[in-house]
Amino acid sequence: MRNVWTITRKELNAYFRSPIAYIVLAVFAIIFGFFFYSVISLFMRQVFEQAQYTVMYGRMYPLNVNEMVIRPLLSNVSVVCLFLVPMITMRLFAEEKKSGTMELLMTAPITDMQIILGKFFAAFILYACLLGITFCYILILFRYGNPDWKPLIAGYLGQLLLGGCFLSFGLLLSTFTKNQLVAGSLTFGLFLMLWILNMASEYASTQVGQIVNYISFTTHIENFSKGVLDLKDTVYYLSVIGLGLFLTARSLESVRWRG
Amino acid sequence: MIEVQGLTKKFGHTVAVDNLHFSVKKGEILGFLGPNGAGKTTTMRVITGYMPPTSGNVSVAGFNVMQDPLEVKKRVGYLPETPPLYTDMRVDEMLEFAGRIKGVEKSDLQQRMEEVAEKTAITDVRKKIVGHLSKGYRQRVGLAVALINSPDILVLDEPTAGLDPKQIIETRKLILSLAGEHTIILSTHILPEAANTCHRVMIINNGRLVAEDTPENLTARLQGFDTLRLVVDGPQAEIQEKVSSMDGIREVAASVTHDGKVELSVQMSHGKDLRREIARAVVESGWGLMELRPLGMSLEDIFLQLTTKESLEHEMEEAPESPVGSLEQ
Ligand SMILES: Nc1ncnc2c1ncn2[C@@H]1O[C@H](COP(=O)(O)OP(=O)(O)OP(=O)(O)O)[C@@H](O)[C@H]1O
Ligand SMILES: [Mg+2]
Repeated sequence: MRNVWTITRKELNAYFRSPIAYIVLAVFAIIFGFFFYSVISLFMRQVFEQAQYTVMYGRMYPLNVNEMVIRPLLSNVSVVCLFLVPMITMRLFAEEKKSGTMELLMTAPITDMQIILGKFFAAFILYACLLGITFCYILILFRYGNPDWKPLIAGYLGQLLLGGCFLSFGLLLSTFTKNQLVAGSLTFGLFLMLWILNMASEYASTQVGQIVNYISFTTHIENFSKGVLDLKDTVYYLSVIGLGLFLTARSLESVRWRG
Repeated sequence: MIEVQGLTKKFGHTVAVDNLHFSVKKGEILGFLGPNGAGKTTTMRVITGYMPPTSGNVSVAGFNVMQDPLEVKKRVGYLPETPPLYTDMRVDEMLEFAGRIKGVEKSDLQQRMEEVAEKTAITDVRKKIVGHLSKGYRQRVGLAVALINSPDILVLDEPTAGLDPKQIIETRKLILSLAGEHTIILSTHILPEAANTCHRVMIINNGRLVAEDTPENLTARLQGFDTLRLVVDGPQAEIQEKVSSMDGIREVAASVTHDGKVELSVQMSHGKDLRREIARAVVESGWGLMELRPLGMSLEDIFLQLTTKESLEHEMEEAPESPVGSLEQ
């Protein structure tokens, strides 16, 4: 565990020493700020209409902040991550391979899994920082409204798990090449494909469509964003993360053989 | 300390290391000598547990590299061809990180860092960013990283490549001073370096062991009997008989060149120079003396000969009993 933490700390230092972390965080803050603004505007308009409606019919339908603001916001997070996760993971192994520091890590008395976990946790912490930014925006809602805590926590848990899946596969693709850009593009391509498959499968009623729908990372987020903590979905995400890390370990082993 | 048996490493169809056997005793400095692509780096990578061998057994300090890689890695300090350094770290951070992943106790770490910085003479750059250092300093930081957990065994891949002459001498001194407590394997292209620093030299070519001995022995074996190349115009059998019957001649090999001359490779006993006598004998017999020159070889020559295939075959053709043959094991 000590070794894992040593690697994690090294990676976090590297993220925050280079511009990558700041760029990712800044880009994310701006994009998310834009989403936040548009979702809130929409909500305000609805509130306004609702007020008119109440005046006209003398009845009141309460609007749900969780349903109408937080949920669409969080579902946007996963789309933005499509673009930002490759930027986080692409350097993790590619850079080490390029600079030759892989030889230091792989001849140090630590296991491959410790290296992988150390890197995964560092990427995960950076990702959690991204989510932290969204949380700052959402705190504003608490200042002016009265959202429900529980679905919010479930929604964030879902986003963390989903991010973990993206990160573990980004990590895997980073072991394939010395070139960060290639690693990043591969990762982006994979995520884009998953996303498109997911969209396509939403309209498909065939069995294939349903299978794709089941496999797709994003379908399992539905329950979380509704505020439902489903064990099945949690297990699904944890196993996908596990699979990603396992494949990364296999890939590192083959890197060792090939030199 | 290190036992290598039948080590073979293939990359696809390329055989990088081919059935290598050797062992290194505690406190010894072993030098790998060989041209580019000989398989030095590959051998070292297997010993350090960086890559698994295709076949063969490698054990370090009694632990098999395949079965107990972590135990092996705890005991080996490795300086790869390009020092594995994070260019965005400061030297101190680099040493600290290396110390941590190599399991140096937290309480000892600062002291160890000071010691290795002192040893490798990098104390004055400890606060600098690694990426801003010159090649020579990076090499030394790489050495400091290899030494940080005081490993029993050091594996140094071309430790003096890219250094200026003064630094080469300093690095050699450093390696020699480390020899007592550490067992060292180093690789080099430079012969005098192997001769000066190593207790034993292994010459490798195409992944195979070509010669192995102490530098002194390698030299002595060559200087022990001087070899002459002699080209004479005359009858082969008679010339050969005449020359081999002379005093102080150990061995004579003869062949006919394409233009009909007789070419002889003459080995003389240790310390004798019979060039005058041979010349006189040839001339007095009425044959034509076309060429007479010593085939004395410097270590540089052996290295080149042993490791260049064409010239090896060429030499075998010219002189089947040349020292090259006798060095092969
Ligand atoms: N990762 C690899 N993939 C494919 N072939 C490789 C790999 N590493 C080494 N080789 C091949 O194996 C052979 C030995 O290479 P190696 O790097 O061990 O030589 P070397 O003795 O260290 O040479 P140099 O003096 O240039 O450092 C070469 O033919 C090389 O092309
Ligand atoms: Mg090499």
